[in-house]
Amino acid sequence: MTSVILFCALAWSLLGGFGALRGRTPDARPLVYGASFIVAAIASGAAILQLAFGATSGTAVVLPLGLPHLGMNFQMTGLSAAFLIITDVGAATASLYAVGYGRGEPEAWRVLPFFPLFIAAMNMVLIAADAYDFLIFWELMSLSSWALVVAHHEDEEARASGVVYLVMASSGTLALLLAFGLLAGVHGQYDFASIRAAHPGSWVGAVVMLLALFGAGSKAGLVPLHIWLPRAHPAAPSHVSALMSGVMTKVAVYAFVLIVFDFLGKPAWWWGLIVLIMGGITAVLGVLYALMEHDLKRLLAYHTVENIGIIFIGLGLALAFRAERLDVCAALALAAAVFHAFNHSLFKNLLFLGSGAVLARTGERDMERLGGLLRRMPQTGLLFLIGSVAISGLPPLNGFASEWMLFQAILLSPRLSAWSLKLAVPSVGAMLALAAALSAACFVKVFGITFLGRPRSPAASAATETDAFSRAGMIGLAALCVVVGLAPGMVIDLFAPVTRSLLGARLPAGHGMSWLTVVPVSLSRSSYNPLSIFALIAAGAGFAAVILHRYGSRIICRAPPWGCGYTSPEDATAASPSLSTQYSASGFAQPIRRVFGSFVFNARDQVTMPMPGDVAPAHLISALIDPVWQCCYAPLLVLVGWAADRMNRLQFLTIRRYLTIVFITLVVLLVWVAPWG
Amino acid sequence: MMVTLVNSIFGPNGALSLAHALSGALVLVSFMMLYQDRLSAVINVLALHSAVLGLAVAWQAWIQAEPQLYITAVIALGFKAMIIPLALHRIVRRLNIHREVEAAVGIGLTMLAGMGLVALSLVVMLHTAAHSAVLAREDVALALATILLGMLMMIARRNAVSQIAGFMSLENGLILAAAGAEGMPLVVEISVTFSIVIAFIVIGVFLFRIRERFDTIDSTALDAFRGELQ
Repeated sequence: MTSVILFCALAWSLLGGFGALRGRTPDARPLVYGASFIVAAIASGAAILQLAFGATSGTAVVLPLGLPHLGMNFQMTGLSAAFLIITDVGAATASLYAVGYGRGEPEAWRVLPFFPLFIAAMNMVLIAADAYDFLIFWELMSLSSWALVVAHHEDEEARASGVVYLVMASSGTLALLLAFGLLAGVHGQYDFASIRAAHPGSWVGAVVMLLALFGAGSKAGLVPLHIWLPRAHPAAPSHVSALMSGVMTKVAVYAFVLIVFDFLGKPAWWWGLIVLIMGGITAVLGVLYALMEHDLKRLLAYHTVENIGIIFIGLGLALAFRAERLDVCAALALAAAVFHAFNHSLFKNLLFLGSGAVLARTGERDMERLGGLLRRMPQTGLLFLIGSVAISGLPPLNGFASEWMLFQAILLSPRLSAWSLKLAVPSVGAMLALAAALSAACFVKVFGITFLGRPRSPAASAATETDAFSRAGMIGLAALCVVVGLAPGMVIDLFAPVTRSLLGARLPAGHGMSWLTVVPVSLSRSSYNPLSIFALIAAGAGFAAVILHRYGSRIICRAPPWGCGYTSPEDATAASPSLSTQYSASGFAQPIRRVFGSFVFNARDQVTMPMPGDVAPAHLISALIDPVWQCCYAPLLVLVGWAADRMNRLQFLTIRRYLTIVFITLVVLLVWVAPWG
Repeated sequence: MMVTLVNSIFGPNGALSLAHALSGALVLVSFMMLYQDRLSAVINVLALHSAVLGLAVAWQAWIQAEPQLYITAVIALGFKAMIIPLALHRIVRRLNIHREVEAAVGIGLTMLAGMGLVALSLVVMLHTAAHSAVLAREDVALALATILLGMLMMIARRNAVSQIAGFMSLENGLILAAAGAEGMPLVVEISVTFSIVIAFIVIGVFLFRIRERFDTIDSTALDAFRGELQ
């Protein structure tokens, strides 16, 4: 099955080449995206087959390229197969969507060469079986996605995002490079089999863990390394945003799991603590950022930060349990993390594709200028609603299933013996609960402001339903959200090889009807049967609807609402003040901004009211300060600027001075070598 | 036959001792170059330096029975001991700078620094190659000393011609190290030699150019041209 993925990657690369050569012809776009969809479907099928029926690890393939004596090693393990499913399901739906969406894309030839290359690079990272290939394709993934971010390079903001993205991606790759260098040891054994066999010392292991946390965390978007993510993800075309947010962040999660769980052996107790705390902070800060944001795509990108936090909470728990040899508990936490990664890839792709449909039909990303789209784009609206329910963690959809499993793992924390963990895990659990609740509030805002109410701009009132291919892509994702939500046991069983190969343990299989009921630990402790919950919800909602329509609908009468004195409520023009009297996104977020924003973001609302009798408009200005930027990056920028000013003098030396510097460096190095040899 | 003759004269390790003596002579000539204060004298010492190198490489070729090393020796004797010094003399004459003395650092300080560098290279080799044979180790140490002294020559002089001389002696040290190490492919030496010839041609053309522009070949004039003189 490894070779199937290799052939698929080759096919994508050829498609990229085709896109580069023939990108300007009108037929190229549907051809590239359509073929990319077919290849992704084949690849995800291969990964599912490998995971369901294959051995734990696929056959190793060695190509006679790359470094001498090393070659290019590829192997599909259980872990990589799980993440290949995430990647290729996302790639298939995004490609299908793009067949329709790309029609309205200006300058499609800037996207066509890099889109298949990006997918190919992610696939190759997942099946790479030596450090050299891993880093090469990791960098290819970063660079091709960078090219996609700056596809709209006329936009000043997109260019700035590109720079920030490039800097963060390079420093992350540097950290991973150092981590693999330490793992390879003094003999430079870069293939994963030798890295697995060699167990590094405790200090080396700790440094590698921290480097992996930095390298993978900067790609995944862990706070405080997330700053590029909400800038770069929305700047790309929407189907690329979906891939970057839904899929590429998962490749980063894969890198972390691979290094820390597969290569490093037994963790120290404090590793889990660090990852847990970073995950908790990321989850809460991510959703708070999202609540303050009114740009639809940027809001979704902040929710990616939040969900990465949730996934890292699971990984941190798994590390903590593993350090104390509670392998079954660790398996539960890790399974919950991987399952949530899969779920997040489904609903985040769905939401980004939905926002792309809205953007394509209205030209607006600012929620304050949308509204009333459910009447104009009913199918997109319904699909977006499914995604919103799933990301909010409401039963019976998939987001609930994985977050519920994560809470079950948190409830096992009394089994831990370290006191700091005993104290930290429940508080991280509280942060997780807070993040889940706030994200539900956030999606009430998103859906309510964007799809309900009346349109807030002429563009929104003129919107029409999106095309069939776009809808097909979204319908596929929404159907998967529902199916996975109703039968989570099926997916958990499918992903069981991950925990079995990494931890030697798996969840207790269900009792006879495993795919209907999830039993994380034991039946007496807790179980979750989504079908019965779904039946309950359906019955309750149906009953309420029947009651309402039977007894309530007759006394409804339509009347114009009170419009604050404005008399033309149906006048849908931008100039009409009546449209801005609707509930706005910032109005919805204001209570939360007051509670959390005042101390996290130092948020200040400034209201200027005209004097009584004056007809001038009132103004509300709310100012936010990004704490992460303020604490971490602003001082760093000052430091870099200072150092650059000092180093600038090096550029204006005489030739003899340069020679002297070279000479002194050489002598110092020799002096260094002399006593250490 | 000759090896046994040498051995009978200088003792059991005589062949290696002679190689060692030639390497030491190369370092000695490097020191001679450091205290020359006339350009024409510097060029003569460079010719001597290359000639000693040629002898050292030829002797290595004899005791290692590696005929291709003779090519290196011939290149050293022909190119670097004759053609390049003659060309440099011609340049100096045409530029009329044969009386110029341009040491940036005092001669005494330079000599002291040079002694420190020789000591450093001996210490480095003592530590990094503790397990190898004494003579082989010291040969490499002497080659390293020649390289470092060449660099010192380059930074201790302002004049571009003396800097070329320093660069050439640096390269001689590299060739000495390469000839001492058994099994170094000939291709490497040839390519190094050719790169030196190319560098010589480029620098020669360059010298005439800057002379035309600035009426001097003091390389600080270039900095003034950049507008960055401090």
